[in-house]
Amino acid sequence: MAELWQLSISEALEKLARREISAAELTRAHLDRIDAVEGRVRSFVTVTDRDALREAEQIDQMRAEGKPLGPLAGIPLALKDVLCTKGVRTTCSSRMLEGFVPPYDATVVTRLRQAGAISVGKTNMDEFAMGSSTENSAFFPTRNPWDLDRVPGGSSGGSAAAVAVGEAMGSLGSDTGGSVRQPGALTNTVALKPTYGRVSRFGLIAFASSLDQIGPFARSARDAAHLMNVIAGYDPLDSTSVNRPTPDYLAALTGDVKGMRIGVPKEYFVEGVEPGVKQAVEEAIQTFVGMGAEVGEVSLPHTRYGVAAYYIIAPAECSANLARYDGVKYGLSVRDGAQDLVEATSITRARGFGVEVKRRILLGTYALSAGYYDAYYLKAEKVRTLIKRDFDEAFKKYDLLIGPTSPTVAFKLNEKLSDPYAMYLNDVFTIPVNLAGNCAISIPGGFSEGLPVGLQLIGPSFGEETLLRAADAFEHVTDFHTRWPEMPSPKRAAKSRK
Amino acid sequence: MSIDRKTVDHVAMLARLALTEEEREHTQEQLSAILEHINVIAEADTSQVPATAHILPLENVMAADVPWKCCPVEELLANAPAREGEYFRVRAVLEE
Repeated sequence: MAELWQLSISEALEKLARREISAAELTRAHLDRIDAVEGRVRSFVTVTDRDALREAEQIDQMRAEGKPLGPLAGIPLALKDVLCTKGVRTTCSSRMLEGFVPPYDATVVTRLRQAGAISVGKTNMDEFAMGSSTENSAFFPTRNPWDLDRVPGGSSGGSAAAVAVGEAMGSLGSDTGGSVRQPGALTNTVALKPTYGRVSRFGLIAFASSLDQIGPFARSARDAAHLMNVIAGYDPLDSTSVNRPTPDYLAALTGDVKGMRIGVPKEYFVEGVEPGVKQAVEEAIQTFVGMGAEVGEVSLPHTRYGVAAYYIIAPAECSANLARYDGVKYGLSVRDGAQDLVEATSITRARGFGVEVKRRILLGTYALSAGYYDAYYLKAEKVRTLIKRDFDEAFKKYDLLIGPTSPTVAFKLNEKLSDPYAMYLNDVFTIPVNLAGNCAISIPGGFSEGLPVGLQLIGPSFGEETLLRAADAFEHVTDFHTRWPEMPSPKRAAKSRK
Repeated sequence: MSIDRKTVDHVAMLARLALTEEEREHTQEQLSAILEHINVIAEADTSQVPATAHILPLENVMAADVPWKCCPVEELLANAPAREGEYFRVRAVLEE
């Protein structure tokens, strides 16, 4: 029989409802799994085992008393450490926020709590969500459960690894240029970047506010739909939240893609895409053809400018957002040895931020500084318009677009650390979607030499239902998403109570 | 395009980052290398293209004018590196 930590959210909800298992047992099974594998994978900055067990017991109590329960009651999840959790340390994997305990919950956290979900902990990430490997964490790198010598992707590498290895049934990450989808691709998980404005950013520690969006990791499209049903929706606390009804994403999973028009962007199959990735994606496209989808080629001609535009806009916004870390209200504060306030601030920031964060603050400050604004920031915003128009044109003819999520499979630790631009190119196929604001999902699309290949489905704005329908249909005829990385079995498996 | 040392010093000052000598050298090299890649955007024809600062057509989003309960002062000050009564304590902004 499958271990409890291997259940899907859908299966677990049924078993909980039928009282075949308790929320406490399910949570304990995941905490045991964390005990068994965490020493090698290191997905978590903080494990909240006591809170998790207490909350699970409360859920069981409520069920026993016949009280109404939320749609995710008793489901153990993990949260990227960029999401504010009241009373639970939230670090952004940075020395700057090492001791920061938020006084409030992010809206997504509030929604998950109200739905009865249980947080088992806060996951490791690239510092302030800047990176594509989770090696930029100020604390430690997270490793890819599929090969411990390789990175899990980033910046939401901890959230991806935790779901891939069964430490949580699902998780949340944040995606500014691919930080949910790329780690999803590298760890064989389903990873969705919703349309900008679909999920509230309130309580998400800001990196680049016009690009940031929270999204779920899961092990199936159905489980991702369960999470989206809870986290999506209007929030008056986020002025960029879109006030528009939230559909039932589970209802979108018809299993049918017959007649769906799928475009293949030719710019996503260029030099730099590994042959094994290309082959897996091409086979996946044939799978969709076999299911009755209508597939044709499409062009997104400004794709080649995406990374450049992004690495002006995102650092520019980050340089402004991270100005708040001044050592006055919270976070690291170095006051000794400084002559004046400006020097104290400058020393605090120099000690609190890591190499990549400093690099981006400097790049962004430069791009916004007098004399360079037009050539860089304004130009990048115009290119952003061109990239959005590419997608607008493509979606006149197609319901969704398909291609690789990442040009490569998981790479080795330290392989790209010394060359920032090589690291930035990991996100060449994910960045355009953040710039244009629409939605995309990475799903398990096959394997290349034993490592997962992510298949990216890109939808128009508010096209999440189409993405999830196509992803779910693909899972009906493939088994990639059901495969587990080979890890040591847990020290003691929780037994289900029959 | 390469960045000179004076620009690095200026940008570091604007960003309030006290960089070491080694970091300044490193920054000069790496920002120059990154900008070389980024300069590809100069090739895009944007002569007739408006800028997109933000993807949603939002303007002046107003919150409803209703009072709501804010975080208690004690909770907000709990993370303060230094405080005095109900205030954050900072160094003098204007000194003699």
